[in-house]
Amino acid sequence: MAKRIDVSGLSAYYGSTKAIEDISMSIEPRSVTAFIGPSGCGKSTFLRTLNRMHEVIPGARVEGKVLLDDENLYASSVDPVAVRRSVGMVFQRPNPFPTMSIYDNVVAGLKLAGVRKKVVLDEVVERSLKGANLWKEVHNRLNKPGAGLSGGQQQRLCIARAIAVEPQVLLMDEPCSALDPISTLAIEDLIGELKSQFTIVIVTHNMQQAARVSDRTAFFNLAGVGQPGRLIELDDTQRIFSNPSVQATEDYISGRFG
Amino acid sequence: MTSSPPAAPRGRVGRQRDSRVGDKIFMNLARGSGILLLVVMAAIAGFLAWRSGLALSKNDGHFLTTFEWAPDAPKPVFGIAVLAFGTIVSAIIAMAIAVPVAIGIALFISHYAPRKIAQPFAYLVDLLAAVPSIVYGLWGALFLVPHMDGLTSWLNQYLGWTYIFDQTKTGTVPRNLFTVGILLAIMILPIITAVSREVFRQVPRMHEEAALALGATRWEMIRTAVLPFGRPGIISASMLGLGRALGETIAVAVVLSSNSVLSLHILDPGGGTFAQNIALKFAEAGNNGRNALMASGLVLFVITLLVNGAARLIVARRKEYSGAAA
Repeated sequence: MAKRIDVSGLSAYYGSTKAIEDISMSIEPRSVTAFIGPSGCGKSTFLRTLNRMHEVIPGARVEGKVLLDDENLYASSVDPVAVRRSVGMVFQRPNPFPTMSIYDNVVAGLKLAGVRKKVVLDEVVERSLKGANLWKEVHNRLNKPGAGLSGGQQQRLCIARAIAVEPQVLLMDEPCSALDPISTLAIEDLIGELKSQFTIVIVTHNMQQAARVSDRTAFFNLAGVGQPGRLIELDDTQRIFSNPSVQATEDYISGRFG
Repeated sequence: MTSSPPAAPRGRVGRQRDSRVGDKIFMNLARGSGILLLVVMAAIAGFLAWRSGLALSKNDGHFLTTFEWAPDAPKPVFGIAVLAFGTIVSAIIAMAIAVPVAIGIALFISHYAPRKIAQPFAYLVDLLAAVPSIVYGLWGALFLVPHMDGLTSWLNQYLGWTYIFDQTKTGTVPRNLFTVGILLAIMILPIITAVSREVFRQVPRMHEEAALALGATRWEMIRTAVLPFGRPGIISASMLGLGRALGETIAVAVVLSSNSVLSLHILDPGGGTFAQNIALKFAEAGNNGRNALMASGLVLFVITLLVNGAARLIVARRKEYSGAAA
């Protein structure tokens, strides 16, 4: 598990609008990479190009290359459905399937992949929920609806659902923005544990969060309203927050704009 | 939500009183409408029950098991066995055909068709609902019935062993429960489609994306996110359709060649439904005949009520999974 990602010359469009332009970067395996930047700079759009979720929006398209180890995700022979099985995603708002129990939520991905054996599923449920630090809280009510959990628990359930299929990469799109500080802390601790197994990419609006959880940080910005977003710099988190090499990064981090 | 209410403006106490008059009028109007509805319902039920009682007291046969319908005979004999059977069987056939097709059309409009096609297509389906039932009836009698031969003989040949599709009287015009079922299916298709479509459209984008991000194909996404979320809506839509199928009168009366035979051979002509029987017999019925028809109407009313209650139970049983909380 855990592969590296190499992006080169990637641009993404919504219809004729260019949302992000010419992004190239490398994301190390078994590490946490945080994307920061002002609203509308294309962080989330870029994140969604990494598992080909961008293109599910009508009219959206992508140019450029994303290599997962050495395989180009945008090669014509690659099935986007297969990409999404190896690059998992956690969304901004917790979105467990409301019609399913906790158990069924966790195994939803496996069932899609055709796994039916009860023994295997039971084991995966326990392992994934333990991996998401949720097992202790829910192990005696696995057959209750997932929507009955608290917001923070729901988000950890979504993480359990994502890691149950053992992806190479885990993408998180502002996973704590709808959560209270205590739930946020629980998720941040979890991210710290998960990076030993997965390549993690997290979009966040919270700079302290980026500083706390990530090893590397990428700063995105746009030149002006209506302009596409660009990658300004990517460096070790410590360096970005103490001594960034680009002035705009320092301005953003010290709160001078954005 | 936690913000405190704005301080009340001083010196306007009198005006506040004034505005409560409007409140009161509106409250009484709303309450009055509610009571009126109950009164009308009670009046209908009471009237039906009273007239039914009159007819039933004179009935020489058993109301529930008798096949014949001769309430105006010197010794009145009438029963709803054939009518209840025909009503339920034709409604089941209609539902078996219409529900899957309607869900398919609704999914096509909400999730498959490009927007340019989806909108006019949806409009076209809605238009089907605007066709008066007598037009459906005429179309059924003049077009559908003469064109049913191929299908009925095919069913008879290959599925005749099921007993249901066994045609015992070959060479007859297919004015049977099966044809009625197909016609009813077409008639209830638009309402089921329209309601299901709206429900499918309301599935939160985030649930669909959750499925897609797990590596679901479009169909798998629909199966894991859209259909379960839309389930209560599909049931409600089906009940609306079923209500129409159970109560459809004139189209059935035009197509079905009714008799008092109760037979599971749905390709044989004959049988009857509650509403069709009332439409057919009401004009020539005598006093007792009319009362008897009202008794049969009461039974239809009760059946519809039971079916709707059952549907509500099904929906309520899985309420915590309905997704309403999300």
